[in-house]
Amino acid sequence: MPEGSRGLLLAGVGGQGVILASMIVADALMRAGHDVKQSEVHGMAQRGGSVFSHIRWGERVDSPLVPLGSAEVLAAFEWAEAVRWVEYVRDGGAVVADIRTIVPPGACTDRRSWLRRYPGIDGELFDSRHLKTRLIDATATATDLGNVRAANSVILGTVAAFIDIDDVHWEAAIADLVPAGTEKINLAAFRAGRQVAEARVPDAAQDPDGFSGPHEIEIRHDWCKGCDICSRVCPEYCLAVDVDGKLTIVDPEACTGCRLCEILCPDFAIDIHAPRELAVVGTNTTNESSA
Amino acid sequence: MITAPTASKADEVTRVLMSGNEAVARGAVEAGVLVAVGYPGTPSTEILESIANRDDIDVRWSPNEKVALDVGLGASLGGVRALVTMKHVGLNVAADTFMTAAYTGVGAGLVVISADDPGMHSSQNEQDNRAYARMAAVPLLEPSDSAEAKAYTALAFEISETFDTPVLVRTTTRVSHNRGLVELAERLDRPVLGFTKNPAKYVMIPGNARRRRPVVLKRLDDMRDYVEESPLTEAFGSGTDFGVITSGIAHHYVREVLPDARILKLGMSYPLPMERIRRFADSVDRLFVVEELDPYVENDLRAAGIDVEGKSLFPQIGELSPDVVRAGFAEAGLVSKGIPIVAAPSTVTRPPLMCPGCPHTPPFLALKRLGAVVTGDIGCYTLAALEPLSSMDTCVAMGSSIGMAVGMAASGGADGPVVATIGDSTFLHSGVAALADAVYAHANITVLILDNGTTAMTGGQEHPGTGVTLQGTAATPVDLVAMCTAVGVKDVKVIDPYDLAATYGALGDAISHAGPSVVITNRPCVEAPMKVRDTPFTVLAEACTACQACMTPGCPSIVWSDELFEGRRKVVIDPITCTGCTLCVQLCPPRAIVLVNTAEVSHA
Ligand SMILES: Cc1ncc(C[n+]2csc(CCOP(=O)(O)OP(=O)(O)O)c2C)c(N)n1
Ligand code: SF4
Ligand code: SF4
Repeated sequence: MPEGSRGLLLAGVGGQGVILASMIVADALMRAGHDVKQSEVHGMAQRGGSVFSHIRWGERVDSPLVPLGSAEVLAAFEWAEAVRWVEYVRDGGAVVADIRTIVPPGACTDRRSWLRRYPGIDGELFDSRHLKTRLIDATATATDLGNVRAANSVILGTVAAFIDIDDVHWEAAIADLVPAGTEKINLAAFRAGRQVAEARVPDAAQDPDGFSGPHEIEIRHDWCKGCDICSRVCPEYCLAVDVDGKLTIVDPEACTGCRLCEILCPDFAIDIHAPRELAVVGTNTTNESSA
Repeated sequence: MITAPTASKADEVTRVLMSGNEAVARGAVEAGVLVAVGYPGTPSTEILESIANRDDIDVRWSPNEKVALDVGLGASLGGVRALVTMKHVGLNVAADTFMTAAYTGVGAGLVVISADDPGMHSSQNEQDNRAYARMAAVPLLEPSDSAEAKAYTALAFEISETFDTPVLVRTTTRVSHNRGLVELAERLDRPVLGFTKNPAKYVMIPGNARRRRPVVLKRLDDMRDYVEESPLTEAFGSGTDFGVITSGIAHHYVREVLPDARILKLGMSYPLPMERIRRFADSVDRLFVVEELDPYVENDLRAAGIDVEGKSLFPQIGELSPDVVRAGFAEAGLVSKGIPIVAAPSTVTRPPLMCPGCPHTPPFLALKRLGAVVTGDIGCYTLAALEPLSSMDTCVAMGSSIGMAVGMAASGGADGPVVATIGDSTFLHSGVAALADAVYAHANITVLILDNGTTAMTGGQEHPGTGVTLQGTAATPVDLVAMCTAVGVKDVKVIDPYDLAATYGALGDAISHAGPSVVITNRPCVEAPMKVRDTPFTVLAEACTACQACMTPGCPSIVWSDELFEGRRKVVIDPITCTGCTLCVQLCPPRAIVLVNTAEVSHA
């Protein structure tokens, strides 16, 4: 490795401004006299996907990609992204993570347990690797200063503590690259980020007990005239009207018991029966999520 | 004659951070390019965008890559330096011209950029376009970072004119989207040379082409001599135990893992500097080739009888990285395996999604309900293939949807109505001829043209249907309805996709129509050219019955709340990202979704 070639990772979700933030970091490092390379992947990431950017600096930089387990700092603009990219950080390195959570709809699809698949915020999650974890609430800090959109500069302010370059370079890079007219607020946000307090992690929201086993769909065929209302409205695609106009259950397992078909059937031809075990459930103890 | 890549030491030169794409454009600017043309495609798109505001260069989007290369070749024959940009699969489209442009040669310099995407970050395949250079007998340059992207592009124009050939410059995602330091130079002032008629060279009828073919091969020999002496072939490090041959980004990964290793870096990898390689091979005990994707250099060395290790250590699939290269050299016994990596705790997956309010969503919801067999195409709407819409059955190459629908209908094997779905940019790229075929074949298919008024997937570029050019001037927009009608489609309908019932109805009608029918949606993309942000909606928790009906389109603004109804999760809408499209409102049976401002009133 060329002497002193170091790495930093920025990560967030599409639309959070990860790319602009990493251009600011790269620019500040360049102003401080370093060779710099910064690498990201555009494309599908723009559609709500995970966005990350590698930055390397030193006397002479070869690889623009940070080797695994070697980054000085991971700056995450969202909690789940901090968890995703932590393996790039070296033992004893730093994680600066915004406690903001962006839960994708894909985390809300288990219609049996009704649990969200999203990692709970936990400041001690990386302790075994001796990482210096700094949890901050950049959104709140930026809002206090008068503009939520300056949250990224708050994060950069906190990150600056872990990178050995003079503040004048940071401030020059910010002033140069943020949208015209927002220089002042972003510089204030950067300075606030320098001394932002550790965020108070909100109490993990208790997941309510939820459970819905497959319900039983009962069709009174002699009352059904095949109007197709129920099959069009079923959110689980359980029902279909076949070519002969006869209503059939195509996916009985998928019924969550929402009873839309029962309620909307003009001929009272459908009854939904809750499974027997539903009477005793409601004592769900696993809690994966706390979004 | 040919100048070396610039490595200026002067203190007063301007050093700036530039992406590989910006650097390619800058190289062309400095080389005095007058026409720059391409078709968008990740990771190449920003090359042209970064110079769109220059008034001394004609910068344009073409409807597809073949047209772009034709425009570039025409400009070159007219005597101006021309840059043509595309992603790797774009060269498949332009290949027809590319192969024969090698025969015609150029007027002024013609440089084609192929931005490859190893790892398929945003592509349908990861083909290694270096193979095109060999097939066309055209020189190939492979820059490894931004500084080289600029220098090599500028140099490529010189090579093009010296050898009278188009030049292929191949970048990869990690070069295109990597920012690094670049030193700027002045722009060359190039006069327009003018077109000189020369049918023997420019009219490729068999008699002329037969006479050009030996010229192409002779030129290849001349270029071989050039590359042997060229500064594009660089030597690094010392030692005789082993040596490594690299090109492109792989060079930096090797230097990262083995900083002092003996390296022969190929800036020009077709034709190869075989004599230099042979001398290099003779001077070391073990020879390695580290290259991304195919064993392109490796196979050539083997064919020349040079013993080499390559793909047995470094994967042919996906991107290389310092970690992958280290693993290969560890297997060869040259380095340690590196520190063990503690795997990250599990976290949520984030597949790409269509935006809140995307006008592509409702028609796919309808197609799912209608049980259609959907031949899809490439664009944002391809995301309809994913959960929860899961309503696209094929996606192959740009423009494939319509032809495949014709074939699917001909097969008689589809168990539902056959519908081709295609974006406006893709339709103009390569869908029109296929629609003519659907009419010609009287195919019983429906073509859904998703006209969102932009090329959204690649970031919102203009195209011939938008009425605006890349440089912001007004143009005559292609009229899609008139075009479909002119091709001979009898049943052409335009619908508002935000009206779910009308969308269902129109698609149902079109499907029942015998022969080809066309349905065109008319809502703009919510992200480009302008951000569409209407009053957002909110969920009245007390009215929500947690039926999940609003979740069926997969709008990213709607997620579960902490409240339950009969054991099921109620939902909430994120007011920041909701664009107010009304789709969920139309789907909500208990009418629990209302405009945020009315909700405030009713709660007051
Ligand atoms: C041959 C080729 N050229 C370019 C691309 C890159 N690309 C992917 S989708 C797309 C255009 C999509 O535009 P449109 O069809 O209008 O759909 P939208 O994204 O707007 O929904 C392009 C240019 C490609 N995949 N293949
Ligand atoms: S960018 Fe436009 S077309 Fe693409 S998903 Fe978003 S709204 Fe739809
Ligand atoms: S109105 Fe509903 S479907 Fe449309 S963007 Fe808002 S939450 Fe999503």
